Amino acid sequence: MTDTTTADLARIIKEHPFFAGLDEKFCDLIGDCAAAEQFEANTYLFHEGEPANQFYLLRHGRVALEIKSPGHGSIIIQTLRAGEILGVSWLVPPYRLAVDAKAIELTRTITVDAACLRGKCDEDHDFGYEMMQRFTPILVQRLHATRLQLLDVYGAKS
Amino acid sequence: MFMAQSPETLGVGVAADVMLPRIARVRRLRLDGPETWTLDLEGEGNGGSFVPGQFNMMTAFGVGEVPISFSGDPGNAECVTHTVRAVGHVSAALTRLEPGDVLGLRGPFGTGWPMAEMLGRDVVIVAGGLGLAPLRPVLYHLLAQRERYGNVALLYGTRSPEDVLYHQELRSWDSRSDFEVDMTVDHATTTWHGHVGVVTTLVPHATFDPINAIALVCGPEIMMRFAIGALGDAGVADEAIYLSMERNMKCAVGFCGHCQFGPLFVCRDGPVFRYDRVRTLLGVKEL
Repeated sequence: MTDTTTADLARIIKEHPFFAGLDEKFCDLIGDCAAAEQFEANTYLFHEGEPANQFYLLRHGRVALEIKSPGHGSIIIQTLRAGEILGVSWLVPPYRLAVDAKAIELTRTITVDAACLRGKCDEDHDFGYEMMQRFTPILVQRLHATRLQLLDVYGAKS
Repeated sequence: MFMAQSPETLGVGVAADVMLPRIARVRRLRLDGPETWTLDLEGEGNGGSFVPGQFNMMTAFGVGEVPISFSGDPGNAECVTHTVRAVGHVSAALTRLEPGDVLGLRGPFGTGWPMAEMLGRDVVIVAGGLGLAPLRPVLYHLLAQRERYGNVALLYGTRSPEDVLYHQELRSWDSRSDFEVDMTVDHATTTWHGHVGVVTTLVPHATFDPINAIALVCGPEIMMRFAIGALGDAGVADEAIYLSMERNMKCAVGFCGHCQFGPLFVCRDGPVFRYDRVRTLLGVKEL
């Protein structure tokens, strides 16, 4: 983790596309739970089965979400890039990660402590509602994308 | 109900002419993807007279006839180019041809991409799978006259890295500073270093002004519906989205009715349609 002040973090959070337009006091709340991190290429941010103790605002670089398939190595199911959010399992019990996440290239993040943020959501329901309003569209978009992947639309006749 | 019309009514000239294949000869073949070959053809009257988005009926003699979009440079008057994937008897026979072999061509048929409407505007091209082939002539044209257009972005999705078409050209286009190429695959192993995810996820990352943009979409119909949704979410109006439809085209001139799509014939009124004109039809399961 790098030594970044809470004020710096709040500013970076406010500038991240995912939190565009977010009230400053909410940015400060997130900043209280956040830290800047950097991951070298080919290093893992987290692994399947681990507790979902954090989520990441991707600021630079790209991350691959992988699932291990016995006999086939790892299969990449999605890549994420700067401006996107990594990690949604922190939102719902049992707060457990379902994939491996690997930096494909040098990746810089704002890493948010999920337990800390869940606590702030419980304390301030307006803040909690704002978080849900931001994260729910991501969940729906990824659900739709997954359905499209499952349809395998580029079959033999594509 | 399907109503037969005379050739003259349809403006296609004498029926015998449009139904009679011209002879063309294979000049060159390139393997451009799995079971997917690009054929350069030469023959009388075959070069440089099509609008990007149009198609030819290609005959493998003794086997049958299939509609295949032009996939080559519309500025090349010396030959015509078609990219064919072997998915049936006729297309498989076409991909087994060798240089010097002959085949039949009828066309060009159908409507093309709205080349005139694109002038001065941002152009977003969303292609899925083999859907890149009918859009390739547009890309050649845009890149040849690059200064006449705003931002140009190609968003290309396919099933896996092995299914990517036109590898070399994509690399070449990607190296240009005045042309945005973003590519993704639905699934990959860790040897792939590009994006993974459906093509619709590329839309929010593309650079274009939705008010001034025109979008061209070609690929499997489900993919096109999702892509149109993503373009709409990005602010592109239905009137600025064009798509290329695929149906069972046989005669290519609106006689036979095989490709009837509600009140339209895909072969004659399409294959390129403005989205707002077919929006309601796309939601009809029976079509």
